Amino acid sequence: MTKNLRVKSSEYIDETNRISFKFNGKTYHGFKGDSLASALLANNVHLIGRSFKYHRPRGIMTSGSEEPNAIVQINSGTNRTEPNVRATEVEIYEGLEASSQNCWPSVEFDIGGINNFLSPFLPAGFYYKTFMWPASFWEKYEFFIRHSAGLGKSPTSSDPDIYDHRNVHCDVLVVGAGISGILAAKNAAKNNFKTLLVDEKNELGGSTIYENNEFNKIDNKNPSEWLKKEIEELKGIKNLEIKTRTSVAAYHQYNYLLARENLTDHLEVKDKKNKIRQRLLKIRAKKVILATGALERPLIFNNNDRPGIMLSSAVKKYSEFYGVACGSKNVFFTNNDSAYESALSLYNKGINVKAIIDIRDQSESKIVKKVKEAGIKIYWSHSIVDTTGYKRLKSVSIMKLSNDGTSVTGSKISISCNCLGVAGGWTPAVHLYTQSGSKLSFDEENKVFLPNQNTSEQISVGSCGGDFKIDKIIKNLNQKLKDALNIKQTDLDNIKVEVDQENSKKNIWLLPSDKPLGKTKPFVDYQNDATAKDIKLALREGFRSIEHVKRYTTTGMGTDQGKLGNMHALGIIAETAGIKMGELGTTTFRPPYTPLTFGTIVGRNVGKFFDIFRRTPMNDWHDENKAEFENVGQWKRAWYYPINDETMHQAVQRESKAARESAGILDASTLGKIDIQGTDASEFLNRVYTNAWSKLAIGKCRYGLMLNEDGMVYDDGVTTRLGENHYIMTTTTGGAANVLGKLEDYLQTEWPELDVYLTSVTDHYATASLCGPNSKKILKKIIPNLDLSDENFPHMSFKEAHIGNIQCRIMRISFTGEHSYEINVQASYGKDLWKKCMEAGKEFNITPYGTETMHLLRAEKGFIIVGQDTDGTMTPIDLQMDWIVSKKKYDFIGKRSLYRSDTMREDRKQLVGLLTDDPDIVLEEGAQIVSELNQNPVEMLGHITSSYFSPNLKKSIALAVVRGGKNMMGKKLFVPMENKNINVTVANPVFYDEKNERLNA
Amino acid sequence: MFLINCPYCGERDQQEFKAGGEAHIERPKQPTELSDDEWAEYLFMRKNIKGIQFERWNHAHGCRKWFNMVRDTSNDEIKAIYKMGEKPPSQ
Ligand SMILES: [Zn+2]
Repeated sequence: MTKNLRVKSSEYIDETNRISFKFNGKTYHGFKGDSLASALLANNVHLIGRSFKYHRPRGIMTSGSEEPNAIVQINSGTNRTEPNVRATEVEIYEGLEASSQNCWPSVEFDIGGINNFLSPFLPAGFYYKTFMWPASFWEKYEFFIRHSAGLGKSPTSSDPDIYDHRNVHCDVLVVGAGISGILAAKNAAKNNFKTLLVDEKNELGGSTIYENNEFNKIDNKNPSEWLKKEIEELKGIKNLEIKTRTSVAAYHQYNYLLARENLTDHLEVKDKKNKIRQRLLKIRAKKVILATGALERPLIFNNNDRPGIMLSSAVKKYSEFYGVACGSKNVFFTNNDSAYESALSLYNKGINVKAIIDIRDQSESKIVKKVKEAGIKIYWSHSIVDTTGYKRLKSVSIMKLSNDGTSVTGSKISISCNCLGVAGGWTPAVHLYTQSGSKLSFDEENKVFLPNQNTSEQISVGSCGGDFKIDKIIKNLNQKLKDALNIKQTDLDNIKVEVDQENSKKNIWLLPSDKPLGKTKPFVDYQNDATAKDIKLALREGFRSIEHVKRYTTTGMGTDQGKLGNMHALGIIAETAGIKMGELGTTTFRPPYTPLTFGTIVGRNVGKFFDIFRRTPMNDWHDENKAEFENVGQWKRAWYYPINDETMHQAVQRESKAARESAGILDASTLGKIDIQGTDASEFLNRVYTNAWSKLAIGKCRYGLMLNEDGMVYDDGVTTRLGENHYIMTTTTGGAANVLGKLEDYLQTEWPELDVYLTSVTDHYATASLCGPNSKKILKKIIPNLDLSDENFPHMSFKEAHIGNIQCRIMRISFTGEHSYEINVQASYGKDLWKKCMEAGKEFNITPYGTETMHLLRAEKGFIIVGQDTDGTMTPIDLQMDWIVSKKKYDFIGKRSLYRSDTMREDRKQLVGLLTDDPDIVLEEGAQIVSELNQNPVEMLGHITSSYFSPNLKKSIALAVVRGGKNMMGKKLFVPMENKNINVTVANPVFYDEKNERLNA
Repeated sequence: MFLINCPYCGERDQQEFKAGGEAHIERPKQPTELSDDEWAEYLFMRKNIKGIQFERWNHAHGCRKWFNMVRDTSNDEIKAIYKMGEKPPSQ
């Protein structure tokens, strides 16, 4: 057998540029322009991988993205390795390494191949049926399944490549640059539509570019010659952008499409560096022209999966485009004229074509006559009943088909061959079309699903629209373009087309064999090893919906989504179940059309850009002082400041004591701040908070609780009246954006009559909260001229002041129960303010504290944190905060819900304090609370919401929600844990300074 | 991914918007006068129609304005868009 199967010089292959690459460790040579598949075929390598279930040897079937078998691992063992790559789509480059998948220890000798001999015991649904019982064995099964399953290996280190996203807007998007796509794009662009033409291949022209049927002519030229001239003309057209190596992955509604542009995969490793590897194009097109072509169908016969059995169209492309003969002894098997073109292609290059097996009775087309003249043997009304050859096709056996096509008769003829081209007709590539939500209809005559009802401005042209012959393609394309683009004339008006008119075909979904179906292996889905037998079994077992049959047999569930065999699966189901195919419908084609890398999907959103976070103006100081950080919403907040080797517990205990004994300082910049102005600002606050606001004096602050309409606590915070019609509201850190959204909603939709303006100013101010008995002295040092007496600046009031030249807003408010000031300055001065406080506080041992200490201090005071002590099911009454709910106000958001029968139940979960009998035991937040230990099942009364060891009280404290807790003061309850039951007593949630004396200390 | 024609900004991508549930449910002017059932009707009950549905949308990452949309939920076709306070189009 010849080693090199190059048959002619192709203009797409640069034979001066020799490239070496490795496949399964062995070095081969190809040329610039080769795909991995064409280069391997030129080296007479057909065995590429093993099938998923039976580990049967498999070869290259196709020449495009629909390839089910020839999937390989690229650059194994490197951080650029990629599994499940179709060898038909990889452009070779110097140093490329590819290897087989799904086999061990090697593709030549694969242990899993034993499954092939076990196959009678591995019918459809085998895994579902077998690994169900007994349930306790699942872990054992899982181990084996995980080891024998899986396609390829993912990389184990991080991806060195850069990926990108880009938004693209165009008037016309043309998908597919075959003859239809090129003509559509040209005419759209020439008529001033901003046009984008994309194609998944690296060369334009689709299959017409290597068309060889001498009976087809456009303007008296061979269509490929004619098309090359058209492609040449594209270059000068403005308004037209062309992207090759770009495959559309998804077509969503409203003409929103996602495409992957491949930029460096065809380059040598040294040239890939620092370049964008793949780019996700997010395309919004006013009009979409689908010119996605058609996929050739295989034929379904016994042992139709051996290496060397390929699509007839692929044999032709390898011969004409890549200049490679797929075999030295070739046979074709067909139900239409396509195979004759492929046969002639080989014959014209001096390659042996032994026979054409045609299931039709005859064909009178010119091309068939030409084949007859060439002396190639044609077996009419014959079918292949079996094939031989384990790792490479050796022979086919044929028999005469009965008239009705359901059986075979006569004697068996064996034909030795090493390549079989199969031609089962054409399936329009309607995948993207249906993804857009558009509907198909079934064309009974041609046995194809065709575009029928469009949901957006789109047309399907060429063979994806059901036109297979060049005359029809051009005539219908012309009319569709005129209608879709609303233009009167096109380049296509005066084109003369001649075609070979014969178009007969005979469709048999499952070809008969001399053996019964149970003894044969007619594969429908090659990648997942689903045979016609499996489909029939599913139907016998009662499956009727095609979606169910698909999942049960795994037909169409591989990485290729069954692009080749889906139609046959549908045909076999329809025939067996006695349903018309049009009524059966199709399975859903889901995005992506071909697999996308994770890199393309995430683009630049990796590392620190994966989830954007916000830092306060004081952040650098926290960093320099070794703060640990905590995520709060998108903010990074200082959590605690460990000194030396302190644990978190030690740091928090120290910070908490210091804040109460002398002075502490907290970065409160992250609290949401909303500036509220307008003549109805007071009325607005009356409606959104539970308490009354009209009488709040200018310069005073008030705590407010905000509910949802269902009466449940939504947010809280202090709002300050800055002027007659001017307030500043603070919200929780995490709730800021939602609160603003909710307030805007009410203003715009329910109360448009109110004169109120809301502005988020969270980022405009930096806030330092000074707290503790010495906070007043520290503030005095910073702002000597401000009168800090309780008379002039009492608790819950506001002053405007200056630190040097810098204006600041100071609120005397407290979340810790200590004498405290919140100092707000313009954000850019935040760090200076903080440093000034630290400097002034030095003599008082001022201690920076983080969110954890803040939580502990407020828990000592029994102050709630919305979202920690509440969970969207707590009313203010449940929180024992009746005092903040105005009885006088006629209405506020959520008021009516507080009087619903359900919210008034006495046995709702209510907030209480809990003390452990052993003061050293700290309860776990989230732990359950019960009143009886010997009940079965035990009734859960509630759970712990906040729990700390209080250094100031020297005991453990907790807040909890307990069913009916309000009336349980002093009651003994239990917190059952894994190893012990903890005894607790219900207590007042205010553990520290119940009389609030420290606020004025 | 819808292409939504904000009445204030023009056509924008769906990711700039937030859906806000069924439209034309007015907050009762006098909630305290309502029975539990009447209040529950306002608070909880929403239609989930297969077909023409009236919805509220907010251009959250744009002008932040609320507006109304008529959408066929069976095929996601946007039939009409109109401002808050405007009358819904008749069929
Ligand atoms: Zn807008």
